[in-house]
Amino acid sequence: MANKTVQFKIKRQDGPNSQPYWDEFEIPYRLGLNVISLFMEVALNPVTREGKQTTPVNYDSNCLEEVCGSCAMLINGKARMACSALVDNLEQPIQIEPFSKFPVVRDLQVDRSVLFENLKAVQAWVPIDGTYDLGSGPRVLPQVQEQAYRLSQCMSCSCCMEACPQFNESTGFVGAATIAQARLFNMHPTGKVLKEERLAALMGDGGIQECGYAQNCVEVCPKEIPLTKSISDVGGQVMKKAVLDFFRV
Amino acid sequence: MAKTPRIIIVGGGLAGLSAAIKVAEAGGSVDLFSVVPVKRSHSVCAQGGINSAKNLKGEGDSTWAHFDDTVYGGDFLANQVPVKQMCEMGPSIIDLLDRMGVPFNRTQEGLLDFRRFGGTLFNRTAFAGATTGQQLLYALDEQVRRFESEGKVRKFEYWEFLSSVIDSKGTCRGICAMDLRTMEVLTFPADAVLIATGGIGAIFGKSTNSVVCTGSAQSALYQQGAVYANAEMIQVHPTAIPGEDKVRLMSESARGEGGRVWVPKNPKETRAGKDVPEGERMYFLEEWYPKYGNLVPRDIATRAIHKVVHTLGLGVQGLPMVYLDLSHIDAATLDKKLGGILEIYEKFVGEDPRKVPMKIFPGMHYTMGGLWVDNDQQTNIPGLYAIGECDYSIHGANRLGANSLLSCIYAGFIAGPHSMKYAAGLGADPEDLQASFDAEKKRQLELNNHLIENQGTENPFQLWREMGETMSKNVTVTRYNDNIRETEAKLVELLERYKKVNLSDRSMWSNQSFMFTRQLYNMLQLARAVAMGARLRDESRGSHYKPDFPERDDANFLKTSMARFAGAAEGPRFDWEPVDVSLIKPRPRRYDSK
Repeated sequence: MANKTVQFKIKRQDGPNSQPYWDEFEIPYRLGLNVISLFMEVALNPVTREGKQTTPVNYDSNCLEEVCGSCAMLINGKARMACSALVDNLEQPIQIEPFSKFPVVRDLQVDRSVLFENLKAVQAWVPIDGTYDLGSGPRVLPQVQEQAYRLSQCMSCSCCMEACPQFNESTGFVGAATIAQARLFNMHPTGKVLKEERLAALMGDGGIQECGYAQNCVEVCPKEIPLTKSISDVGGQVMKKAVLDFFRV
Repeated sequence: MAKTPRIIIVGGGLAGLSAAIKVAEAGGSVDLFSVVPVKRSHSVCAQGGINSAKNLKGEGDSTWAHFDDTVYGGDFLANQVPVKQMCEMGPSIIDLLDRMGVPFNRTQEGLLDFRRFGGTLFNRTAFAGATTGQQLLYALDEQVRRFESEGKVRKFEYWEFLSSVIDSKGTCRGICAMDLRTMEVLTFPADAVLIATGGIGAIFGKSTNSVVCTGSAQSALYQQGAVYANAEMIQVHPTAIPGEDKVRLMSESARGEGGRVWVPKNPKETRAGKDVPEGERMYFLEEWYPKYGNLVPRDIATRAIHKVVHTLGLGVQGLPMVYLDLSHIDAATLDKKLGGILEIYEKFVGEDPRKVPMKIFPGMHYTMGGLWVDNDQQTNIPGLYAIGECDYSIHGANRLGANSLLSCIYAGFIAGPHSMKYAAGLGADPEDLQASFDAEKKRQLELNNHLIENQGTENPFQLWREMGETMSKNVTVTRYNDNIRETEAKLVELLERYKKVNLSDRSMWSNQSFMFTRQLYNMLQLARAVAMGARLRDESRGSHYKPDFPERDDANFLKTSMARFAGAAEGPRFDWEPVDVSLIKPRPRRYDSK
């Protein structure tokens, strides 16, 4: 076992308009390596498997504990977080690529700001009156809290969007994460004051109707958020609103 | 009509976001700078909860008791007035977070649930599973997004703070920052600047901190004349999981929910943890600290674990590890209250902590020291504020668990309104104000050009590794002056080698190693202050422990250490400021009584 190594290849791109290329690496194996620590090894000695000098790999990361949502990428073809991708569980050579449905910034960094824009569009917040002291919030039963907490753990990693066949330029689909957040705030005792606005934002082109029920989102979600349940739930709300809107005119 | 005050906030964790909300609400205009999208800030890593004496458990808890626990837990090194204010503000902060929709765990009556944390005998910690920091950050992030959509907050994400702009009168008038993608350097004017850039974990190499917690901004300001206080006060968390890329936190809430720390009595024990019979286990915290048990403050628990492993030679299977055991608690309760951290252990270690005891060891966790601030969170540079983990106030020589989230929000809530008041009273601009901006930008561009063109043989990541190793070895749990001197010499050597640093990547587009190398210089300069502060404080207080000076020495060291930058070669110079102990008289700090 003395010569055991880890082999991996990284799809790189110098800038948004450059051509992608692959760099292959091989480093000595150690117990407990994850994909992030492979990048750290490359930074210490930026030399490819063929002995060619290269540059440290550029990638987004922060907490390395799978709560910040930064280090999402394609690892052996699957949308997931690099920090929790343990080398021992991955087939080699490990193939690492940037997300394919977001503009590449450099190497494994992509621009996922569309999700934050979508969260604005559905007003994913509780519109409080102000931060001055107004006493305690509404009482919430533990069962309701548990449901809300599951949705509230969404870390905006965008894995669900990358994996979704409907998330592309032609549909303009908002994606599962945004819909689940709309559900979360529509569920909140005071957050639901904006329910109609949220549903209106999810109607029409790019809205909830674009979902093709492929269920890829729920498969890849690192936090096991009930995304398909959220889509069907919010879909029902949207449908009900559409019918009511029709008769209101 | 008076012009709208423009406030720059650097850092989008709990402190930065809470300040942004207060400023926007008061009619100010916020420019919010962050190296990552603010939703990805390090506050998300806080797990166990947030303290506030709501007294919803019929225990007779009070804000005074919270204040006393915090001051005593910090071994009397914190100025007391802001600590008292924070504890008094605690209940209304929890109420506000509750109204913002934080999914706090609930009692069967639908009220907020509270659990116990270290260094107190009260159930005072509100929590949202075991990802409380994440949930709090998201609530504030959502409110800031609302203000952003109303045009009251402008976000500059993927921007690195390089320095402040100080005018000819010595007042902070803005910042110089760099776009991490285009690498463009620009200056931004403001009426006041709030620094909310968190802890300095990266200086210790591996820590529980996130990648962005380099302390680079604090160091840049220290090098511009800001005082850095109690630099030597570094918290090593007792329960963490050592990893290849970082040390992962295993929350104190595990013990709050009944988790027990133990080692086999027999140093040669070979059976797996779960197979060691009850009678052959040593629950050393419960034995040594019967009243607080597993919930002694972190500095105490960390030293106890070091003693068990290094002095008694009882580390699990001869390794630097002890057990943190939850396996006696039913799995459904664990999932509801600790789900997030159980998942971390399962994903990163590959074992189920519901079934087997976890293997843990202390890891660098929190920066009690930081930029010196007055009771309004203003630094010694007028117009420059520091809030949250990057400021030195509140926690003294040791932070109690679940006080950090509260102190971050408190600081933002103080500095936000105060900076608005300050902005309203700001006099006329000095005539040469533009020259100050131009000069700062020029200085930063020169630093960049120098670095990008530098020829040498040193790999910045290697220098960083060596810094982390020496700091972790000599300036954490047990400190000896000889060893610290060795570290100080090593830091000087690393700064010398830094002059020969060689970038393998010289491109000017999203060049992360370039930015890291700039941060590295700041880390090295700040590390010198941490090490020297540790050497000069010849006593033991809170997290700062010197076997050669085992007692707290109030006569000589009931003082804040104040590091001032004397020059790139000279490094820090120290002076000392008395601590405000006007409300609670210092008393011996002991947790081992019955």
